[in-house]
Amino acid sequence: MNTDKTISGAEAMLQALLAEGVDTVFAYPGGSIIKVFDALYGHRTDLRQILVRHEQGATHAAQGYARVSGRTGVAIVTSGPGATNTVTGISDAMLDSTPIVVIAGQVSTDALGTDAFQEIDLVGVTQPITKWSYQIRSAEDIAWAVARAFYIAGSGRPGPVVLDFTKTAQMQQIEFKPAKIDYIRSYIPVPDPIEDQINAAVNLIDSSRKPLVLVGHGVELGHAEKELTEFIEKADIPAARTLLGLSALPSDHRLNMGMLGMHGNLAPNVKTNECDVLIAVGMRFDDRVTGTLSTYARQAKIIHLDIDKSEFGKNVKPDVTVLGDCRQTLRLLTERMSKSSHREWIESFKPLDKEEYDKVIDIAVNPKDGPLKMGEVVTEVSRQSPPDSVLVTDVGLNQMSASRYFKYRVPRSIVTSGGLGTMGFCMPAAIGATFGAPERMVLAFFGDGGFQMNIQELGTIMENGAAVKMILLNNNYLGNVRMWQQMMFDNRLSCTHMMNPDYCKIAAAYDIPYALVTDRAQLKDAVRQMISVKGPFILEAAVLEEENIMPMIKPGNSVDKMIFSI
Amino acid sequence: MIVHSENIAGILNQVTAVFTRRQVNIESLNVSASSIPGIHRYTITAIADHETIMKIVDQIEKKVDVLQCQYFTDDEIFMQEVALYKVVTSVLTENPEMSKIIRRYGAKLIEVNSTFSVIEKTGPTNDIIALNKELSKLGGLLQYVSSGRVAITRARIEHVNEYLEKMETRYGNN
Ligand SMILES: Cc1ncc(C[n+]2csc(CCOP(=O)(O)OP(=O)(O)O)c2C)c(N)n1
Ligand SMILES: [Mg+2]
Repeated sequence: MNTDKTISGAEAMLQALLAEGVDTVFAYPGGSIIKVFDALYGHRTDLRQILVRHEQGATHAAQGYARVSGRTGVAIVTSGPGATNTVTGISDAMLDSTPIVVIAGQVSTDALGTDAFQEIDLVGVTQPITKWSYQIRSAEDIAWAVARAFYIAGSGRPGPVVLDFTKTAQMQQIEFKPAKIDYIRSYIPVPDPIEDQINAAVNLIDSSRKPLVLVGHGVELGHAEKELTEFIEKADIPAARTLLGLSALPSDHRLNMGMLGMHGNLAPNVKTNECDVLIAVGMRFDDRVTGTLSTYARQAKIIHLDIDKSEFGKNVKPDVTVLGDCRQTLRLLTERMSKSSHREWIESFKPLDKEEYDKVIDIAVNPKDGPLKMGEVVTEVSRQSPPDSVLVTDVGLNQMSASRYFKYRVPRSIVTSGGLGTMGFCMPAAIGATFGAPERMVLAFFGDGGFQMNIQELGTIMENGAAVKMILLNNNYLGNVRMWQQMMFDNRLSCTHMMNPDYCKIAAAYDIPYALVTDRAQLKDAVRQMISVKGPFILEAAVLEEENIMPMIKPGNSVDKMIFSI
Repeated sequence: MIVHSENIAGILNQVTAVFTRRQVNIESLNVSASSIPGIHRYTITAIADHETIMKIVDQIEKKVDVLQCQYFTDDEIFMQEVALYKVVTSVLTENPEMSKIIRRYGAKLIEVNSTFSVIEKTGPTNDIIALNKELSKLGGLLQYVSSGRVAITRARIEHVNEYLEKMETRYGNN
């Protein structure tokens, strides 16, 4: 009989996860992680284990979980193909600053480097796409490595961490005590605010007559929604949000001027090139936001607030940098700056809003006849759903339509793949979101392309009764690419038209309630049905096949040159 | 550029990958222990404009296990390079020019045997390259290797020590 106090490395890993407060893991088993799954069997009551249908799904689910909850998501997979299947999700988490920890099996230490069965150099593969990637070779390392992994993933600018867990370490028996790490001497996750920078920013803001704030994902990551609101209200500054920052400021806030970027709103894009001081908060001047850099906000003094020093000047050269946690730095700015009012400047956004409404929004959202449009479906869903619903999107026209027309009422309401633009992100991310925010309704918008890119996760939804409300905006096209082909390649529609399966039968196969909307008159009732049904639902909307999303900053163009049609 | 990092496998890769992504060639790279136990020191020479180098510096420093990354222009550091030249001994003995060159460059012979001899030269990069040229002109140069630059800053404060002290006082009880 085993009377000693030792446990296996595999068990130690789970105890370490529990000590970090992990309540859910998204997992897929295999030979070199089987010992961990054996240990999971003993933790069926204190650790929720969601068996996904593909390891990419595990990583996106972990992301969805993290994005809505603010806690680090966890995926457990096997070595080799299991591990390589996580690469897309890890990259996505890196670009969108999402805290996840991926634990992958690895061959035993004596087989490392021999091209053993299902051996790949995961640390080598993932080093460029993680905050930290580490191979656990001995069980003695587990406490330290797990504590360090969670500290790194969740602190500062969050991101993915990979733990490559050798069989040797899984099998070893050790006496285990979890560790806690909140300090690494080579790592400063939250730099202290710098007095001179704060004062320089205050001076610029106080002297500005036409200031504009750009709200990024960093505001939500820093839990600084309240500080942001106080800041813009005191100085009376209009604010625009990036795709990932959309829910950091409620849609109906008086100072909210809409969305930035390629398919954002007209006014904030045009005003970017008219403002005198541009205050960027927790955003990274992605090229989808800036358009051509050489003509981007040249007239403005630029203040850049970020927690990550390497973002300063990476794309846009700031005049004043404000390093630090934006919750602290915004608070300091608000304290020190004077109260002011920019009524005329704010009013000047209105004609542009009206122009956009007349030229595109009205047509997209209130069509009187013709086929259904994406915008009206999104609007109807947003109107009927509870105010704290979470919007999850896939990638493409559906994403742009959903993000433009959804109304954001509470923080952490948008989960979308911004940096990597990963088709297939939506379904698993939405599953993760149902576990990260079980009390909120999760609304998942797809195109027909992206729906099929991780369609196997319908199995996960079925098995767990995950209450994902799936809205499939079916245009029978890889619509976003079709639009570009129309616009830039003389409408030579190469490999973008797609024959679709009968989604009704697919829904039936997974025992998920389904409704098809082909006609405008059916929309309200179908949405009502979707929302009132408990559990998952698929609402397929047969939308106008050749609809384009407008307005648009064409690639290579300036932010203030938005077009309204092709 | 001088980088200090923890002694953890894989950092070299991460550091060089930043240069590759930014399309800047590394002219020379030296990795060694530093004056602080357990901390590695990388001396990297590269040619790029100030802005590009600053972006590289920030991206390297962002790596979790990198303590500090700083860049210096030539006038801010003392730098040296060591080179070894392997020559055919008969050329050395038969051509008096070669001994003259060795003396002129302040190089020294560290091995002489019947087949080959080894010349060592420590000095600035330019001298090392020039010596290589002169020796190859005479013929009989079998091998040439140089260490790449190693450098010491001229500053009166030691930045890494200062950084570590700051971290210690701030988070000392950890
Ligand atoms: C994994 C992946 N492959 C390819 C692309 C390129 N891409 C971007 S949008 C798009 C079309 C998406 O089609 P669909 O899902 O039907 O959405 P729609 O644009 O029609 O709404 C493609 C192929 C991508 N973003 N991600
Ligand atoms: Mg489509």
